This record gives sequence, structure tokens and C-alpha cells, in this order.
Amino acid sequence: MKSLERDLRAVRATGRKLLVPYFMGGLTNDWIEHVEAAVLAGADAVEIGIPFSDPMMDGPVIQEADLRSLTFGTTLDSICDDLSRLDAAVPLIAMTYYNIVLHYGLERAAGKLADSDIHGAIIPDLPLEETGPWIAACDGADVASVLLVAPSTPPERVDQLAARTQGFAYASARMAVTGQSAGGGDGERVVASIRRTSDVPALIGIGIATPNQAKEAAEVSDGVIVGSALVQVILDGGGSSEVEALIMGFRSAIDS
Amino acid sequence: MSDPVLYMEEPDERGRFGEFGGRFVPEALIPACLELEAAFIDAWSDAAFIEEYRTVLREFAGRPTPVTPLLRLGEHLGLRIFAKREDLAHTGSHKINNVIGQTLLTKRMGKRRVIAETGAGQHGVATATAAARLGLECTVFMGEVDTERQILNVFRMELLGSRVVPVTSGSRTLKDAVNEAMRDWVTCVADTHYCIGSVMGPHPFPWIVREFQSIIGQEASRQLADFGVDVPDVVIACVGGGSNAAGIFAGFANTSSRLVGIEAAGGSAVGNGSPGVLHGMRSLLMQDEFGQIEEAHSISAGLDYPGIGPEHAHLAQIRRAEYYAIGDEDVIGALRLLSEKEGIIPALETAHAVAWMIREAGGALPTGSTVLLNLSGRGDKDVAQVQAILHAES
Repeated sequence: MKSLERDLRAVRATGRKLLVPYFMGGLTNDWIEHVEAAVLAGADAVEIGIPFSDPMMDGPVIQEADLRSLTFGTTLDSICDDLSRLDAAVPLIAMTYYNIVLHYGLERAAGKLADSDIHGAIIPDLPLEETGPWIAACDGADVASVLLVAPSTPPERVDQLAARTQGFAYASARMAVTGQSAGGGDGERVVASIRRTSDVPALIGIGIATPNQAKEAAEVSDGVIVGSALVQVILDGGGSSEVEALIMGFRSAIDS
Repeated sequence: MSDPVLYMEEPDERGRFGEFGGRFVPEALIPACLELEAAFIDAWSDAAFIEEYRTVLREFAGRPTPVTPLLRLGEHLGLRIFAKREDLAHTGSHKINNVIGQTLLTKRMGKRRVIAETGAGQHGVATATAAARLGLECTVFMGEVDTERQILNVFRMELLGSRVVPVTSGSRTLKDAVNEAMRDWVTCVADTHYCIGSVMGPHPFPWIVREFQSIIGQEASRQLADFGVDVPDVVIACVGGGSNAAGIFAGFANTSSRLVGIEAAGGSAVGNGSPGVLHGMRSLLMQDEFGQIEEAHSISAGLDYPGIGPEHAHLAQIRRAEYYAIGDEDVIGALRLLSEKEGIIPALETAHAVAWMIREAGGALPTGSTVLLNLSGRGDKDVAQVQAILHAES
């Protein structure tokens, strides 16, 4: 078992629901401080976006963050360099698109992430059939390859995804790209389908925009991923104190 | 004795043409890709479906399009040139062949809505046209820059009852329109088919689109026989994503013909690209050293795409087809020459292929060669742009 899954299972064993905020790497000069503020406010792990020019699975907020970060010259290497300043002891998970790690070299990318204490990676444009080479690279470097399960995923495929995912299973609450949010979503059903065959930690993401949505999702899963709602605050100029306040709001809702 | 190698056959079970192709999409879209693949395989072996497809093309889209000998241009260049007249197909380009096929498939799958991306607007207009004919709801995604460049095509699509969504993300051109269409498809996949406009995207799209376009090559092969041409020496087509080229190449891939694809110099995925993954496919892409996709820049919006269909990447790699680039500066002259010599105003995309013929006549195209040019589209949509360029030069 990879260290990410061990760490997340350890948190779950204490009865605590996992809160995983998403930050776009390199979005501001002080993005590392934003991550630290989120951890102080109760984040259990942090997802870090490595920007891509064509983020197909992301809605307008994360897209803008991708492009803005790229204008600052952000790269996988620059994010790893920045992370050497991070003073926080929570698991880190990279989120990027396949072309970024493909271009870097799969084994080299996995090694670089692990060396930077990033022990998980989410590559949303890599479905089960195409993920083999990346999983092999991750296996050489203690990086957990996190797979997504969608509301449209048929049962036998959910079983395969649940068996192959590492670290946790990313349960997509909606048939949508990141940031869109209306209604309750299918998170509960997706998590239940994962649980039929696997006890891997299952986190609900995509469209978790409010503390109340996070609370409801956490009640039927092992925790939640909060992306666009947080990135929007930073795009609007919010700093560490705004990040801290937002994460505290999600934390207290989930814990209540 | 070993079997002869056949080109442009089916991709393998993972949707690969050699090392290119595949299906790099989010899990949410996998069921839709599998459904489409199954529906296509079923339909394409169903004589009734094929008959319906051919009937719509004949009764509605103006097929078969003729082959025209280009006598005066041929004399001028020292070549024997035949043009496959896709400019005479309904909506003015080859795009209609693919959208008729895909919209019929949409109905067969029981979906009520199609979405499409468009650059110059040709594929958008074609999709809007087929959707109107078949009673499907249609939304077209178009980069904001392109909606400004091609404002009349936006209006055409609206006249045809479609909704046009200007895409304001990224470079606001074709690649961003593809991203936005993919995002819509993730959200609406239950009742929506994504009618991709070229031989690109995740498997099975590159294969499906090539099959629906292969009627170009099949017809041309038969029609050339009427002129006493068994096999042309060279088959030439312009290449953005590469659907018109794939369609005409398919008729000659297993002959001795040279296959030549002409890219725009500012969108040359074969000439300047490297392998990567974008829009659901592994192919050759224009990208920087970090894997960020670069913006293509061409005088023709239809060639403004930083990638190329995966089968073309494969054909280039195994050297079954050759790909060359033409810069903006040679395109207008080619458009004028074809117009003046033959009475055909080609689309700016097509003019790239004409420009290469002009450049290479007597060189890479030896004098006396028999050439089949895919005249993929008419230039009506580009006339105002050409006028502005010529006016600025004078």
C-alpha cells in the first residue's frame, strides 16, 4: 500500500472526515502560504494543480487559474521548487493532464513528484485502458495513481476502477466539469458503487461549492475535495486569511 | 508469401493507428465512446443504414460531386490535374459527408441533440444543416476570435436554427472550441452526441469520420477511370485535422499513388510537432518544451489547429503519406491563379494544396505527372478576407 492510502486510512480510522482543498500551483507568489493556511484551518491533504493549456475537465474558474498560472511561467519543476518551502505535514496530491507528465517523462515525473513529497496524482484524461504506463511509473516511486469514478460508470467498470485506484477513489458527484454545481449530485450513489467491492477511501469531488454541500457529501463518503470555490477566492485577490476562513467554514460544517 | 500490407484499415482494439490514436478522455465519457463505437460498428455493417446515408448524400447533399479536369492550370504548370469537387457539395465543402453520417448515427442512438466545434464555420454550418434536415437540436461552439472573423457563418448557423456559443477561454480559437464542446458533452452526454468535425478526438471518432469521408476517394477513383486514369501519380489535399485528406487518401492508400497532405506553416503538426496527448488522442502536436499546447496561426481558420488526426501522424511516421507546409504568403496567389485559370474560387484551406502544386510543379511534382487534387471547399466564406488582404497590399 502506498503512503498516501496509508495516511488517508489513518485519518479515517480516527473517525474524521477528510477535507482536501485544491490549489493551483504558482497562481500567486504566495500560493505556498495559502496551502499552509488551509492546513492550519483543518485540511487533511492538499491537491495541487499543475497547469495545462487545455484543461478539458475543468470549468471556467480552474481554466482561468491554469492560464493565469502559465503566464507566470509555472512548470512542474517550479511547483516542486516552491513546495520545498512548504511547512506543513499533510499528504500532497498532484492534479494535472496527461500531456504534462508524458512530456516530462512518466518515470521522471513520478520520481520528481515523490522527491517533492507529492505522493499521489490525479490525471483526469487517463481512463482505465490508457493508465497502465502511468501506473507503472507511479509504482516505481511511491506515487499513488488516483482514478476517477463517474456517475455514468457502469458497475463492472466501477469494480475495476476501485480495484486499481491507489490512495483513494475520486468519486465524481456530477456529470460535469469542475466548478459547476446545482442540486445534490450523484456522489452518494457513486460512493456506494465503489464500496460494494472496495474499502479504499472514497472522496467526493466536482461541484462541492458550499459548506453545506460538503457536509452532506462527507456524510456519505470519507470526505470531500473542494476546488473551484476556493480557487475563485484566490482569483478574486483573496489571501491567506480568506483561505483560512473558507476552509474553517468547510471544516466546521463537515465536523458538525 | 506474406500478405501485402494494407493501409487505412481499422484501428486496433484500443483505437490505435500504430502508436497514435487511443482514447484519452475522462471516465465520464468512456461509456459514450463505447456506445458510439458499438453503434457505428452495427450501423456500418447494416445495409439499410448505408443506403440511408447514401440516399441523403445523393438527394440532399449533391453527391456524387464531379471530377473536373483542370486543363488551363494543368497546361500552365505542366501537369495533368483533376480536381475532386467537394466545393460543390451542399454547404460548400466536404464537411457535409461526415455530419450526415454522424447525425444519422445520432438518431440511431436515440439522442436528440448534437454539438459541434467549428473554426472557420464550415463544420458548424454543415452540422447545423444536417441537424435541421434531421430534426435535431444543435449547439455549435466557436472561438470568439473566429465568430468575429466569420460573422456571416455565425448568422448562417443561426438561420438554420442552431445556437452558436462564442468560446472566450484560452486562445478563443478552434482548440478552445473543442475543449468547450468536450465540456458540454461531459455534462449532457445522456441525450447529446458530439459531432466531431475532423479525423481527431478519442477513438472511435478518427475512424468514424474517415469512414464517412472515404466516399470522396471511392467516388474519385471510379470517376478517374472515366478519364482513362487508372491510378493518379499523386493525390493532394490540405490538412488541418485532416478529414478531407483522409477521405480522399482512403480511396488510394492501397495503390501506387503518392499521398500528399499540405498543412499551414503556422499549424504544422507533422512539420513542427512532436507526439503528445490532446483532445482525447495521442498524435503529433505543436507544443512547447513543457507540453503546453501552442496556438496555431494561419490565414485560414480551418487550418488553425495545433494537432493533426492520429491516422495522419501514423501515415507520416510509416512514410505512406508525405506532409508539407505552405505559408500564408503563398496562399492568396494560389487562390487567384485557380480562380483566373479555372473559374473556381477555392477556400483558403484548399488554396494551400493548390499553392504546393504551383511551388512543386516540375520539382517534387515532375512535369507530366497526373495529379488528383481534393478541392475540399469553395471560397465564398473567404472572399471578404481576401479582398481586405489584397486591398491592404495595393
